[in-house]
Amino acid sequence: MLALANIDAGYGGFQALFGVSMSVNAGEAVAVLGANGAGKTTLLRVISGLLPAMRGEMTMEGVSLRVIAPHRILETGIAHVPESRRLFPRLSVEANLKMGAFVPAARKRFAERLDYVYGLFPRLKERRHQLAGTMSGGEQQMCAIGRALMSGPKLVLLDEPSMGLAPVVVAQVFELVRRIRSEGYTVLIVEQNVAQVLKVADRAYLLEVGRIKASGSAAELLASDEVRRAYMGI
Amino acid sequence: MIRFSPAAIIGIVALLLLPFAVRFFFAASEKYYLHLLIQILLWSFIYTGWSLMGRFGLTSLGHGAFTGIGAYTTVLLWNFAGLTPWLGIPVGVVLSVIVALLVGYPCFRLRITGHYFALMTLALTEFVRLCIVGLRDYTGGSLGTQPRRYGDGVSLYAMQFEPDRVLSYYVALALWAFGIWMWLKVDRSMDRYALDAANQDEDAAASVGIDVTREKLKITGLSAAMCALGGAIYGQYQMYIGPDTIAGLGVSLNIVFAVIAGGLWVPLGPTVGAVFTQLLSETLRVGMQGSATLRDWLGSAALALDTAVYGLLLVLFIIYMPKGILGTLMEWRGRRKRIADTAAVARTG
Repeated sequence: MLALANIDAGYGGFQALFGVSMSVNAGEAVAVLGANGAGKTTLLRVISGLLPAMRGEMTMEGVSLRVIAPHRILETGIAHVPESRRLFPRLSVEANLKMGAFVPAARKRFAERLDYVYGLFPRLKERRHQLAGTMSGGEQQMCAIGRALMSGPKLVLLDEPSMGLAPVVVAQVFELVRRIRSEGYTVLIVEQNVAQVLKVADRAYLLEVGRIKASGSAAELLASDEVRRAYMGI
Repeated sequence: MIRFSPAAIIGIVALLLLPFAVRFFFAASEKYYLHLLIQILLWSFIYTGWSLMGRFGLTSLGHGAFTGIGAYTTVLLWNFAGLTPWLGIPVGVVLSVIVALLVGYPCFRLRITGHYFALMTLALTEFVRLCIVGLRDYTGGSLGTQPRRYGDGVSLYAMQFEPDRVLSYYVALALWAFGIWMWLKVDRSMDRYALDAANQDEDAAASVGIDVTREKLKITGLSAAMCALGGAIYGQYQMYIGPDTIAGLGVSLNIVFAVIAGGLWVPLGPTVGAVFTQLLSETLRVGMQGSATLRDWLGSAALALDTAVYGLLLVLFIIYMPKGILGTLMEWRGRRKRIADTAAVARTG
């Protein structure tokens, strides 16, 4: 579904990604693991067009993503749930969801998608008139995921959904990820919380200072010494 | 479709009848009071135009350039090419939209927002002012210039209506109503949501499929067009244009102050701001420059005192009423209503 080949990217003179190649197949949940500064967020920003790649090729279902402006990426079926949720804090929950269906194609199916998202996350329906910025972290994450689903995407990019949340809430958030997974969405998730994310993902890539260091099935990585020592403190 | 509430209908009728009320009550100084009202309406229109983009965090200090481009293009085309303002004004409006887009595009692409955006637009104002002063053979430089009179009285062809104050009032009123209509139209559009979202988080806005640059350019173009139109009509009414009155930093700053004082997020906020600032500066001017005591005491320095007090009062207003006069009043009313509602619920429950 999504394929990256030899992607280089960075900010000004600083290069953050070096020759990253990876792929996500339809129906899979793929995780990208790495410490702070490994380039995980940069990777997602490159995929969703917020940061233009310097070199390399990326395609979504055969369509090149390199020349598409960020606001058009959604039309290819990719929805990005940005780091630290990035809701519109002074808009209501429902207005946030409405923004998720901003593109004309999605706007037509707004009512239907809204029902669907409310069905999936009833909590959002209870809170629909509340300002998004006043909800708890876990609820905000739910709202951010709901907003991404409003456009009816095929691939959902999740950028550290567990960031800044209490351990109990982290477990709930991974439960959300599992739920959208079972709804048939393909998921690419970037995480530092290796133990939790490998329970949800099928496959994973290990990113270190901008390079892919290892890859394999979730079980393989969970068993690998490198991952256990570096990220799980075992 | 805009539906009118009973209060709005009363307001509209009152505004339509106002010149006759002025004639009835202030027959002796009718011209002066009508002049004040016309000024307020014309500036309200310009302020409303600015607030279209100001409310989305696009704080422009460049709108003195757009009013200037509108006014000067119209007058220069009339004076030197004999082109009627009916065509000159559209040219001025288009010109100022082009300038707005030329300045806006790089700003929005490179994500210049907040203070940096204010500085960029400030530079634009200064650029236009320098052009006006530099082309003094045509524009009269810093002394300003006048549209050539076409006959003695009112002229449709030359769009000169200033001799008839009542007519001028209705011209200004129509323009003002158009501004409010535009504000409401933007407020009810999908673009408003997009711009609100982009103001709160540009990355998130782009990630839900909003073309942030395009949305910002649209509202900037509209805002610049309205200010250019307002500037041009203002010039036609005053029959004088100068860098201090219609094109420059002073104008830019007055626009920003008045809208913030009136209220940025309510449709009549810019209008309240215009009423407030115009009446305040006029009262201070008449009260202080006309006061013999102050002149004895301070000498000629008293002539500048009204501007100083005006500035001080604006600062206080912005500090203590960040939502503006109208915004604050509406908030009070909302709170009182909520308290009353809660009390009613408590009584019945």
